[in-house]
Parts: sequence; C-alpha cells; structure tokens
Amino acid sequence: MTMIDERRQLSYIAAQAADARVNVELETEGMTLNIGPQHPATHGTLRIIARLDGEQVVWAEPSAGYMHRGYEKLTEVRSFPQVTALINRIDWLGSFANEVPFILGAERLMEIEAPPRAQHIRTILFELSRIANVGLFLGDLGVQLGAITPVFMAFRDREYVLNLIEAATGGRFHPNFDRIGGLKDDLPKGWLEDTKASMHKLRTFCDEMEDLLFGNEIFQSRTRGIGIIPKDVALQYGLSGANLRASGVDWDLRRDQSLPLAWDKVDWKVWTHPDGDCFARCWIRLQEVREATKIVDQLCDTMPSGPVMAKVPRIIKVPEGEAWVSTENPLGEMGYYIVSKGDTGPFRVKIRSASFNNISITPWLLKGVLVPDIITILASLYFILGDIDR
Amino acid sequence: MSRLSSTGDAPAALASDHLREGLIDRLRSAIGDALLDSHLVPGADVWVRVRTDAWRATGIALRDQLGMDYFCYLSAIDWMPSPFGRGEEDPTAEAPERDDTIRQGYAGGETRFQLLARVVSSTAHVGINIKADVPESMTVESWVTAYAGANWHEREAWEMFGINFAGHPDLRHMYLPTEFEGFPLRKDFPLLARLVKPWPGIADVEPMPGGGDDEEGGE
Repeated sequence: MTMIDERRQLSYIAAQAADARVNVELETEGMTLNIGPQHPATHGTLRIIARLDGEQVVWAEPSAGYMHRGYEKLTEVRSFPQVTALINRIDWLGSFANEVPFILGAERLMEIEAPPRAQHIRTILFELSRIANVGLFLGDLGVQLGAITPVFMAFRDREYVLNLIEAATGGRFHPNFDRIGGLKDDLPKGWLEDTKASMHKLRTFCDEMEDLLFGNEIFQSRTRGIGIIPKDVALQYGLSGANLRASGVDWDLRRDQSLPLAWDKVDWKVWTHPDGDCFARCWIRLQEVREATKIVDQLCDTMPSGPVMAKVPRIIKVPEGEAWVSTENPLGEMGYYIVSKGDTGPFRVKIRSASFNNISITPWLLKGVLVPDIITILASLYFILGDIDR
Repeated sequence: MSRLSSTGDAPAALASDHLREGLIDRLRSAIGDALLDSHLVPGADVWVRVRTDAWRATGIALRDQLGMDYFCYLSAIDWMPSPFGRGEEDPTAEAPERDDTIRQGYAGGETRFQLLARVVSSTAHVGINIKADVPESMTVESWVTAYAGANWHEREAWEMFGINFAGHPDLRHMYLPTEFEGFPLRKDFPLLARLVKPWPGIADVEPMPGGGDDEEGGE
C-alpha cells in the first residue's frame, strides 16, 4: 500500500513539474467505473464499483445482495428434510456438495451414521459435483481472459458428469438426493462402469486444458504475478479451498478432519502452490479436478454392498443441541451451524459459504491493480453469486 | 457420543479430548476470568462463552496466543422463540400454546442475542466456537482489528440482527437496500411470504374445476 502511495505521489510531483514547465494546469479527475451487475465475468449479478486513477484502481468494492434469498430465515420455517431443497441452490454448480454438511450436522445431532455404502456414494457424488463445478471454471476462466474455445470444451465435458448425476439422482442441477441417515436411492445398474469411463474422458479434458490454456503464453502473462495473496492475509480473511492452498497453506478439510465419508479410504493428494497469484489458484483447481477423478475411480472399485439408508424415524425430530459441520466444497469451506430445539425443523441455521469470505478480500486485493486485472483476479478467486448472497 | 460440560457433572473418563481441553485451558490463562463458560463435545467441537467487554481481547488472544489464524465466520443468534410458530400447521386451526421462555444453547448465556464466531488453527486443524452475550445497548466491540475478514460478517450481523459493532470502519448494508427498516433475522420479524399465504396448508391446493370435494386436488 505504501508503495502505491509513494508511486502515486511521485507521479503527481512529476506531473506538477511538467505542468509548471509548460505553464498549464491540468486537473485529472478520478473516474468511477461500475462493473455489473450484469457482466459475463461475474457468474451472476455481482456489481463492482471501482474508483480509477487512469488505468489504476484506487478503491474498489463489490456490492452484493442482488440475489439475496434469505435462506437463513427460510430454514427456520422448514423441516430438516425440506432444507436440502433450499441449500441445493446456494452453489448451484455443485449442488450435491451443499447438502452433505447440513445432513452430516443433523446426523451428528441425532447420533446416527449413514451405512458405508451411502457414505461411499455420497463421496462419489460430492466429487462429481466438484468436477462439474471446477471443470466449468476452467472453461470459464479462458473466456474471461479472451479465449473462447475452452468454454465449449468445458460445457461439452461437463455434460458427462451431469449425465451421471442425473442418472443417479434424477436431477441435473439440484439433486436433492441426500437424506438424514443415508440416500434416497441406490445407484442404477451399470452406473459404476459408466462413471469410470467418464472419469477417463475428464482426465483427457484436464490434459487438453493444461496444453491449451495453462501452457498458453498470453494466459501466463495475464495471470502470473497478478493478484498475489500472502498466506497470513488469506487466513485472516478466511479464504478457503483452492484460494488458500494457492497461497501455500496445506489444509484440506477432506483430509484434515474426520467425517463419516470415504475420503480417508482412497489415495489422493492435496496440492499446494507457493505463489499465491492468479495462476496458482487456477493451477490448483486444475489439479483438484484430476485428483477428484482419481478419487471417484478408486471409490467405484471399492464400493461396499449393503443398504443405503439407516433406520430413521418416519417423522424426523432432531434432539436439542448445536452442531457445526463443514466440508471442503468445490468453492472452499462450506459449513452449517445448526441450532436445534428438539423440533421438526432447525431453530437457527448459520450458513457459512465459501464465496462470501473469498470475495470479501477483494477491497484489499484490488487496490492498485490495473483495470483488465480486475477481471482476471475475480475469475481466479472463483465465486458463485448464490454462494455469496445465500 | 457423550457430552460433557464444565458446569455439569458428567463423567469425563468415558471420552477425553486433550486437544480441545487444552484449548480451553490456554484461553483461560490468556483472558482470565473473562471466560465465563465452556462446553465440550469430545472428538467433535468446543464452545466457550466470554464476557462481552472482553470480546475483542478474546479475538486477539485467540489469534496471537492460541494460533487460531483462520477466521471462519461471525454471526449472531436470536434465542427468543418465534412468536409466529413454524407456520406449518393447518392455517384454520387454533394457534397452539407456545413456550416463549428464552433458553440459550451450549455454554449458557443471559441475553436474548448472542454473538457467535468461529476461528480455526490452520496448522493444528482444530477450531473453537466463541459466544458472547449482547447487552441491551446492542453494541459490542468490532473484531476487524483482530481478523480483517470480520468486516463483511459484521456488516451482515448488523443489518440482520441490529447489533452495532463499535470500531467497525464502514458499517453499512450488505444485502438489503439502504432504506430497509427492521432486522430480518430477528425472530420477531415476520416472514411475510408465510403471513400472506400459509404454506403448505390446504389453501395451497386448488380444487379441480368441477372436481367436487376431492381434497387432494387433481393430476
């Protein structure tokens, strides 16, 4: 910050001196640039107000709330099984992953656990949501930086994953498939083989992306060294997921906490990057898609048999208590603080969504950057509006 | 899963959680008697309640002395039971008697509103839930100087619950329009959608034209 101030001061003095020489007075006024609410780079309706000095951002602030749906209030008048239909729509690209922490929180309060087969299927669907979500990010990233081709490839290959989710759950975007105590249904016949074949295609997609996009010289020069977030700042703002790991923090909630899910039964790797710039964040996500395909592959091979639903009462009443459960969602840490009063519905649910924290760093991060870099930085932070506004 | 509380007399021998017990001890040595109460669910989570005037000091102690470097969220809870009920009963039926006593959750409390925050250690992978009572004046200290990420969360808590954060640099609306009146997440703020049309009461299902007395509606 001081560097920018010094630089601005110096340029101001130089301009004054130049003006004095030619004996004219030039007043340069700041300009306010309004980006959004509708902009192809914003995944919804985020509005950014930026004060510019020439090409440089002096002050920038996102203005959220164009999609606020009040889910925290709405959960208070719904029963526990009904809430999943709402929270599906928080991060709409990875819907199934939103349901899991809420259901786990309710299960923790009820002191029940899903059968092993249900845990496996949950983990597979969770990772498929990640692939659908982050796979689209990789394509979208290109289109935001001016490369048109990757987005078509991403939409083409995401279809394989959406077809799988549709075959298993009946819904392409909003599965609403997770139940307290297990899952709504078992998997259809032949689904595991189809999944393994699709995972192979998705790995090819990742290789294509790496060649086409990440190896591209223009892409590298637009992302490397841009929007650097140091480790301690990232933690202070509560950045999570790939954004945090790109700043060198080796922390993944799938690995570093014990939940009744199947991640600890397979072999995979948490990637980190020391740079903390836009390129690092995008690169981490590419690796995460690859790891997710590996996780799904291994889980398909080790699928246990048995029921997919534990014994639960017909009318679900959750005992009085409080529980916090968070998981490593495609966008970062997504958690629910559930307060139950022993009723059929929650007393209060605090929804901690990843994008809200991830985007709250932008006023700090956008100071001093150039206008085209705003888009790059926002693209690399990767947010979904439903996940900010809830 | 057994539950222990520092106030209760549950046997601690069944399951012990040295990591989280140590957290409570370290926080107590850092902030002294400002730590009012604690609650531990072994192997799962830990709750502490601190005095309101030590809210900011707690944040700084957690950050600097306990290594809780990751800010998860900050919000509030309104413990008053909703005067509107859950709105799911038969809308024509008489409203049932409701117990409107305020009962706080884990780690106790004295006021209707409570602050709720969570911070986590990025190296030890263990988190802590912190609560504090909100006094009648509805003003508490801001955490922005302890955790920069608290900025937006406090703006949200301010507009949703009406809690003022003293020392917050820029307390303005996050989601709602500037001229919005009321605090939506308070329990006495009605959910208008439910007031104008009870749901999912029988009023939702319109009878088929000429369908007679079929209460299920029709295909």
